[in-house]
Amino acid sequence: RTHFLSLSLQAKMSRPVQARRLEGIDKNIWVDFVKLAATYAKVNLGQGFPDFPPPDFLKEAFVRSLSGQNHMLHQYTRAFGHPPLVKILAQFFGKLLGRDLDPMTDVMVTVGAYQALFCCFQAFVDEGDEVIIIEPFFDCYEPMVKMAGGTPVFVPLRPKAPKDGKLMSSADWQLDPAELTSKFSKRTKAIVLNSPNNPLGKVFSRGELELIADLCVKHDVLCISDEVYEWLVYDGKEHVRIASLPGMWDRTVIIGSAGKTFSATGWKVGWTVGPSRLLQHLHTVHQNSVYHCATVAQEVVAQGFQRELELYGKPESYFIQLPKELQQKRDWLVQSLDAVGMKPIVPEGTYFLVADISEFKSDVPDVPNSDEPYDSRFAKWMVKNKGLAAIPLSAFYSGPHKNNYNHFIRFCFAKEDATLKAANDILQKWKREKSSP
Amino acid sequence: VEFTKLAADPSVVNLGQGLPDISPPSYVKEELAKAAAVDRLNQYTRGFGHLSLVKALSQVYERVCGRKIDPLTDILVTVGAYGSLFSVIQALIEEGDEVIIIEPSYDCYEPMVKMAGAKPVFIPLRHKNDGKSASSADWALDPAELANKFNSKTKAIILNNPHNPIGKVFTKEELQIIADLCIKHDTLCISDEVYEWLVYKGNKHTKIATLPGMWERTVTIGSAGKTYSVTGWKLGWSIGPQNLIKHLQVVHQNTLYMCPTPLQEALAQAFWIDYKRMDDPDCYFYSLSRELESKRDRMARLLQEAGLKPIIPDGGYFMIVDVSTLKADLSDVDEKQPYDYKFVKWMIASKKLSAIPLSAFCGPETKRQFEKYIRFCFIKKDSTLDAAEVILKNWSKETA
Repeated sequence: RTHFLSLSLQAKMSRPVQARRLEGIDKNIWVDFVKLAATYAKVNLGQGFPDFPPPDFLKEAFVRSLSGQNHMLHQYTRAFGHPPLVKILAQFFGKLLGRDLDPMTDVMVTVGAYQALFCCFQAFVDEGDEVIIIEPFFDCYEPMVKMAGGTPVFVPLRPKAPKDGKLMSSADWQLDPAELTSKFSKRTKAIVLNSPNNPLGKVFSRGELELIADLCVKHDVLCISDEVYEWLVYDGKEHVRIASLPGMWDRTVIIGSAGKTFSATGWKVGWTVGPSRLLQHLHTVHQNSVYHCATVAQEVVAQGFQRELELYGKPESYFIQLPKELQQKRDWLVQSLDAVGMKPIVPEGTYFLVADISEFKSDVPDVPNSDEPYDSRFAKWMVKNKGLAAIPLSAFYSGPHKNNYNHFIRFCFAKEDATLKAANDILQKWKREKSSP
Repeated sequence: VEFTKLAADPSVVNLGQGLPDISPPSYVKEELAKAAAVDRLNQYTRGFGHLSLVKALSQVYERVCGRKIDPLTDILVTVGAYGSLFSVIQALIEEGDEVIIIEPSYDCYEPMVKMAGAKPVFIPLRHKNDGKSASSADWALDPAELANKFNSKTKAIILNNPHNPIGKVFTKEELQIIADLCIKHDTLCISDEVYEWLVYKGNKHTKIATLPGMWERTVTIGSAGKTYSVTGWKLGWSIGPQNLIKHLQVVHQNTLYMCPTPLQEALAQAFWIDYKRMDDPDCYFYSLSRELESKRDRMARLLQEAGLKPIIPDGGYFMIVDVSTLKADLSDVDEKQPYDYKFVKWMIASKKLSAIPLSAFCGPETKRQFEKYIRFCFIKKDSTLDAAEVILKNWSKETA
């Protein structure tokens, strides 16, 4: 069968089938590293999820909801958030922020914090807009800004040498105020703040947040505040919510996550909290992309928050017990890594820890002119040869900056003690092998 | 969103929004309880779709399509079929493109196409028998009119089969006409087949992707919500060739990354149960359809007895009804709205029965053609239909 193809049809057939908005955003480290861990890891401290179960009260809430008479739990609920959930979130966060929040307009539920981020970038970022991203950053911020047609502008946290004899802390990684100021321009639409920070574990101090807030107010910039690890802060540190600073409520969208809050990353329930003038635009994106979130998961998270509201500040509160447990695990992993010569940066928050692997370079020699950053090759070698999975820090840097800090890897310590012990065994054996001739 | 609020009054019998009030099968609910009890299933799973679910989907659809489907590269699990529509449009449609939409259409197609920067091009289904239509089969596309809508800018056509709201099940011949045009103009086909199992006696659902030359240019969308009466699980899927699905996967990894794990596991188990009995009439895919067919017939009878003119659907769980025959007095309802909007508002207020006006599914140019129709949803339990029956019987007494 032959037929003459018109020029316009020929032109059409020679164009790529996919939309241009996908340009440069097709790679994803998680797809690669999750596969590697699944194939090789005996101990997986890579991807950030707990290997212990969600708390009993949440599992009980699930069972209760499913065994109840209400089978409408299996049908659509309110698009912008299941009423029991938005009501309790409005109450809870209203209390924390010292504000009266309207559950219908100041809170929106999303499919994980991930989708909340997507809604923010789609709602607020246009072609020509700049978005400031602090490095190292949770890797999805960059492609999401690009997909919205915006330009990411990066500003790094810079490590200061720790005091003599002390281990480095995530607090030692700081923004240079002059450098930060220079990143704000007429085109700056928003800044993304992630505190506590993934991967470093940094908990921004009030002073640091005030610096950022002043610049936002001065330049009329929005703040997308990713606070998914808000409960995981250690050593008595305070998680300060930037939206509570003067001039910030009106220009901030706070993002939260049930996955991180309740150790149930598989449920994909997240939320946004902010003024209705901003959230109304998130509604528009949401109703044109997913429309509804799963009902039963929202119902259970609502019950979880109800319990936490009643126990707020009390020792049985999960929001007090979980960080207490995780702090112990953090300290254990810090010791473990320090003992074998990997230098941990002690995190002030989150369940991640970054360690300097320079002393292990003898196992994985540098390859000059390699396209792949050193830490990525190291992490791949380590999972294949030692069965221990971790994530290279360069994964959390923009392309041109991937080699700036390429001798660090990130561990997740939200793991059962047995898992952490198994990791320790691998590390100890590795060290012994290095020392013997 | 607007009509859901009005119908939320508990004294109103809600036959509007497409929401089952029947229970999902018990094994579906049990599988969810089982899945949630497994610790690992409360954490992250594979981004593009939980392994046991994509495997189950590939088996079911291999059987239906008669071709090999790779669970890892040919399938993407999304947040409802809605999420699949969003992913395919964001992945493959952009500024400069035109997308053909058949009217009346599910209302999200147009805004999604616009959000992608493209231009929607509408074509209406037209009734063949000069208004004397009594079946969804009486509505069809005009082939010459359809051919005229295709040009070098046409990137895709969105097909909804079985069709919401009319309930039309496209015949193989009708699909061939669409397929020929897609091949001729190198156009993609986005085939929204969420009601694929709800096809009534005398009709057969044909997947356009199985026609020659169509697999490589079609993304077929399905829905757990419609398959298992669990709209609140918000799980859907896109199935197609790797060279198209890979782009949907890129969108997915940059929008929400992953769908909830326990729901996917439960759905996988439910699919295995029904896959094993796909030769058995008790398979839920067929038993639900039989259950709905009798509800359809009951609904149609009640409407006819009330003096209304239903269009009997060959598929889906919606029925459109010509209400102009009633010549209802709508003088005290807001003038500026289309007839069907006014009718529904009046019906909710005075009859305590809700439906959706058909012009909600139409663009400005087609609203006039469809404003004498309203849409009822009949995937409702017997007590809901009983309540509707009372209203409709009284109604016919009043008009008699």
